[in-house]
Amino acid sequence: MNSEIIGVIIMFLATIALAIPLGSYIGKVYNGNKTWADGFLKPLDSIFFKLSGINPLKEMNWKQHLAALLTINSIWFLFSMFILMNMSWLPLNPDANPSMSADLAFNTTISFISNTNLQHYSGESGVSYLGQMVLMLFQFISAAAGMAVCAVVFMAMKEKTTDQLGNFYNYFVKSCTRVLLPLSIVIAIVLLFNGTPMTFKGKDQFVSLQGDTVNVSRGPAAAMIAIKQLGTNGGGFFGVNAAHPLENPNYFTNIVENVSIILIPIAMVFAMGFIIKRKKFAWMVFGVMTVGFLLLLLPTIYLELQGNPAITKMNIAQPLGSMEGKEVRFGSAASSFWAITTTSTSNGSVNAMHDSLTPLSGMFTMLGMMVNAFYGGVGVGFLNFYIFIIIAVFISGLMVGRTPEFLGKKIEAKEMKIAAIIALLHPLLILSGTALSSWLYAHNPAAYAGWLANPGNHGFSEMLYEFTSSAANNGSGFEGLGDNTPFWNIACGIVMLLSRYLPIIGPLAIAGMLAKKKYIPESAGTLKTDTTTFGIMVFAVIFIIAALSFFPALSLGPIAEFFTIK
Amino acid sequence: MNNQSSNNLFEKNQVSVALKQSFIKLNPATMFRNPVMFAVWIGTIVMAGVCIWIGTGEKNQGSLIYNIIVTVILFITLLFANFAEAIAEARGKAQADSLRKTREETPAKQLVLGEIEVEEIKIVPSSQLRKGDIFICETGDTIPMDGEIIAGIATIDESAITGESAPVIREAGGDKSSVTGGTKVLSDKIKVKVSTEPGESFLDKMIALVEGASRQKTPNEIALTILLAGFTLVFVIVYVTLKPFGDYANTPITIAAFISLFVCLIPTTIGGLLSAIGIAGMDRALRANVITKSGKAVETAGDIDVLLLDKTGTITIGNRKATHFWAADGITDSRFIEACVLSSLSDETPEGKSIVELSNLNKSNFDTTGATFIEFTAETRSSGINLNNGIRIRKGAYDSIKKIAESAGNHFPTETITRVNAISSNGGTPLVVSENEKILGVIELQDIIKPGIQERFERLRKMGVKTVMVTGDNPLTAKFIAEKAGVDDFIAEAKPEDKMNYIKAEQQSGKLVAMMGDGTNDAPALAQADVGVAMNSGTAAAKEAGNMVDLDNDPTKLIEIVEIGKQLLMTRGTLTTFSIANDVAKYFAIVPALFIASIPALQGMNIMNLHSPESAILSAVIFNAIIIPVLIPLALRGVTYKPIGASALLRRNLLVYGFGGVLIPFVGIKLIDLLVSIWF
Repeated sequence: MNSEIIGVIIMFLATIALAIPLGSYIGKVYNGNKTWADGFLKPLDSIFFKLSGINPLKEMNWKQHLAALLTINSIWFLFSMFILMNMSWLPLNPDANPSMSADLAFNTTISFISNTNLQHYSGESGVSYLGQMVLMLFQFISAAAGMAVCAVVFMAMKEKTTDQLGNFYNYFVKSCTRVLLPLSIVIAIVLLFNGTPMTFKGKDQFVSLQGDTVNVSRGPAAAMIAIKQLGTNGGGFFGVNAAHPLENPNYFTNIVENVSIILIPIAMVFAMGFIIKRKKFAWMVFGVMTVGFLLLLLPTIYLELQGNPAITKMNIAQPLGSMEGKEVRFGSAASSFWAITTTSTSNGSVNAMHDSLTPLSGMFTMLGMMVNAFYGGVGVGFLNFYIFIIIAVFISGLMVGRTPEFLGKKIEAKEMKIAAIIALLHPLLILSGTALSSWLYAHNPAAYAGWLANPGNHGFSEMLYEFTSSAANNGSGFEGLGDNTPFWNIACGIVMLLSRYLPIIGPLAIAGMLAKKKYIPESAGTLKTDTTTFGIMVFAVIFIIAALSFFPALSLGPIAEFFTIK
Repeated sequence: MNNQSSNNLFEKNQVSVALKQSFIKLNPATMFRNPVMFAVWIGTIVMAGVCIWIGTGEKNQGSLIYNIIVTVILFITLLFANFAEAIAEARGKAQADSLRKTREETPAKQLVLGEIEVEEIKIVPSSQLRKGDIFICETGDTIPMDGEIIAGIATIDESAITGESAPVIREAGGDKSSVTGGTKVLSDKIKVKVSTEPGESFLDKMIALVEGASRQKTPNEIALTILLAGFTLVFVIVYVTLKPFGDYANTPITIAAFISLFVCLIPTTIGGLLSAIGIAGMDRALRANVITKSGKAVETAGDIDVLLLDKTGTITIGNRKATHFWAADGITDSRFIEACVLSSLSDETPEGKSIVELSNLNKSNFDTTGATFIEFTAETRSSGINLNNGIRIRKGAYDSIKKIAESAGNHFPTETITRVNAISSNGGTPLVVSENEKILGVIELQDIIKPGIQERFERLRKMGVKTVMVTGDNPLTAKFIAEKAGVDDFIAEAKPEDKMNYIKAEQQSGKLVAMMGDGTNDAPALAQADVGVAMNSGTAAAKEAGNMVDLDNDPTKLIEIVEIGKQLLMTRGTLTTFSIANDVAKYFAIVPALFIASIPALQGMNIMNLHSPESAILSAVIFNAIIIPVLIPLALRGVTYKPIGASALLRRNLLVYGFGGVLIPFVGIKLIDLLVSIWF
């Protein structure tokens, strides 16, 4: 078999092999059970709890959890705006990079606080090291916030009637100290030994063979890259992200980073099985996610290995597949694997330019973000999936002749209302954003000529991708788009903001309300949610709601492009 | 039982009423209640406007005839959906009317206080009777109003309501004190107190529920409507944003294409049939002779986890019967049997009669002149006869006869004790017989379990419903019958409060409980149960407390009610699935049609190979309209419920309605396109 494909299979299997034990470890952390790491990590949490005067055992209901989440986030928002707009005179700025404009700082702050990491700036010239470190801090806290909310939902899914769902700060701090921090340290060290820089010194210089003086940007990169992958953040230290030789030096680091991208999202599913004591249910969720993921991955690998049909038509052989925009050290298959993992998990770091993927592969990366629940972002991926489960339970519950119930709790009008709003929010934000930009462009192409590097179907894909990436809190881009303008900064900022918090609040509210309801024990007439049949149902709901509503838009972008160059 | 119901789905007169209603229901105020169809309604108005616009000279919206056809199809879609609701209403109403017909104006003999403070009879029309009024009915009278007997006993012919020709006995004071308007007194005289105001009987309430005026959406219907509204909104977004997308791609999209795409994608099939399904559920209950007080009760019935069933009449046929005479040692069988019959001659209880029956002896051969009969009392727990010649025969429960024998200093034979125990452990009831305080032997009484009841319980078990038998028997007997009949649990020596406590305990653990009852002492439990079915013969209090009334007084009806509830929910679920699954094919029909003119390469997406953009759009809209009337019979009859376990059921329905829902429109749209392509 093709060694490129073997590489992909190894990466995928390695991830699952690591995710299962990590899942039960995370489960134990949230349950408050003893773990082997308590010895050296417990003192670390205690510092935070002592400093802040928080009692991690104080139970909260879902509304208090929500208040805690929003409070933390708004304080960090103000803090980041201040730093980014004043970087030029603050310390740790050896390259004398300028402060950000207000709209760019707004976009960047929202982008990092919402775990999106959409970057309308370039790391080398756009931020100081202080700025980079603030952004890195956000990569921890935004990931931990998602995981903490997810933990609350897990607690609410347990078989009992309660409104006491643990302590938010406890889940939040422990997500950082027990999960993200130790894993990041390990990954950062691996990267460090493979050549990724970790320094506070400014640009390095060398004289090339041609005699030119070349400035090479560097900085505290290894630390940031580790958390950007593990926390499905994706914001690169350097502009071209993981395609940069210092961010992702070789095939081995590529495996390590790629595994880190999907490790925690998959582990969260197994953590759920551990916490609610329904392993089979966790496997059902994992199964549906995996089938969806493979349906995106396999055709992408196939198409990229086939090469670009436009080049084939010129009678030029493409033995390595379509290599435009890809790094030779990774190859087509590994780049395809990265492209699908980074988009379906809301990571958004790239090791190849998605703008240059063949049309349908470009569509599959977009579909990954449109669904946003085939693994999905750390914590939030499951929250998105939860909404689809609720809708699937509702319809299939009726089909077995009972009013619908999920894990022993009745789903009624109130929960349905929230689920319906959240389910339609994603198409609403993506489609109306794209519609607005298409409308502006269509009615005054001259004024907005700077936006699109390629007009026509591909240009449409660039705009669609940008809003999809913002709405999925992904952060990757079809880089042909000229996006550092007030329109894109503000429009994407708003989309990121809404699509971060509402899809967190929705599932949290549903789970909180369900947890308070009376628990109905299972009987032979109850819908079983841990079966293959139910898995197919969930998949069908995802396909019809999340994928088909974008069908008209996709046919104008990648599908039209595909048929045109075929 | 279904004597008045017709199984023909579309009766001529009902269809014509429904057709008329389909137009009346176009009123926007009515349409607004159903968000999905209201969206179609707006689409139709817009299309009508477009037609006029083209008529005044607009050139970019396609041909006038094409636009008119789209408008007409949308209009027909609306009519089809309205027709579905109207025909369900018409059927329900016809069913209710046939019951109500029995209570036309009849003269009532009202008791009023005369001038000199004496009650006198005044003949008034039945419509003038008010709650609390008292009337009298004698042999041959038709009972003018629902009421409760306050004095007297009568045999009554209830065949007008139940279809059962055997007369029933109704009397004051007991649990069978209710009479229904329209039934006929066959003998004797009763004094009845009117229990409902005119127009407020259960039947009247049910008709109002069916007719829509007071029809409230059930909680599950509301939740489903929200989901469908959500789906509708998603497609509003999809089609509104298509306009700027089209602008960008330099693809003009006609308004007809926009609206067709939208109408096809929103779940019109389930939207159009939703209320018909709900009404049909109540109608099916009514056809089973069950009056429901709300649509919610039918829905809840589908969720029932625990069924409380009275042993007598539900699990066993009537009462216990004598099955064997066991004479004590030294007593000949013939002597023993003779004594048994003598003691039972005047015993009018079913047990007593069954003893005479079993003996095969003729009653008239016995000379009982001068004999005194000893009635059964709760204290003595025995009955019997004192003959002229001084012989005292007693029969009764083991311990009471034992006491009689032992207090007279007589020995209780050990072999009889063994027999008594054997009978008890076999689920029978031993009846010990003594003559002059000496033990003669024991009669075995057995419950006869209804044939086929085990299968029904098995069916319920597969539905996930737990069955509980309620009986006054001792635990040993109860256990035996419970095992034999296949119920999951039993309440022995049950007092009314035991039922109540059992229901509360089950509800505490989150289960939904259904029960049937008739007596006033059942009323609290009926009210407590999630589904309480009162027998029509029961007291007014019981009927008031329950949320359904069974006109047939048939205790096994509970099982049917559960199935009707499940059927209702399943029909909703499967048609929703079908409706949404249809979207896949519709996308593939319409989306290429929208863009093909400006991006010819998209022909590759036209996988059904439809003839032209116009024919593709028309075929999709026509399919979308036609599928509603095609599914009306299914909505009215309900999806068949098969007790095969929830997972198997989901698999089956997903295959039929989900997978089928994806495939059928591909075939249907293609076929319609073949026809439409002749013109477009």
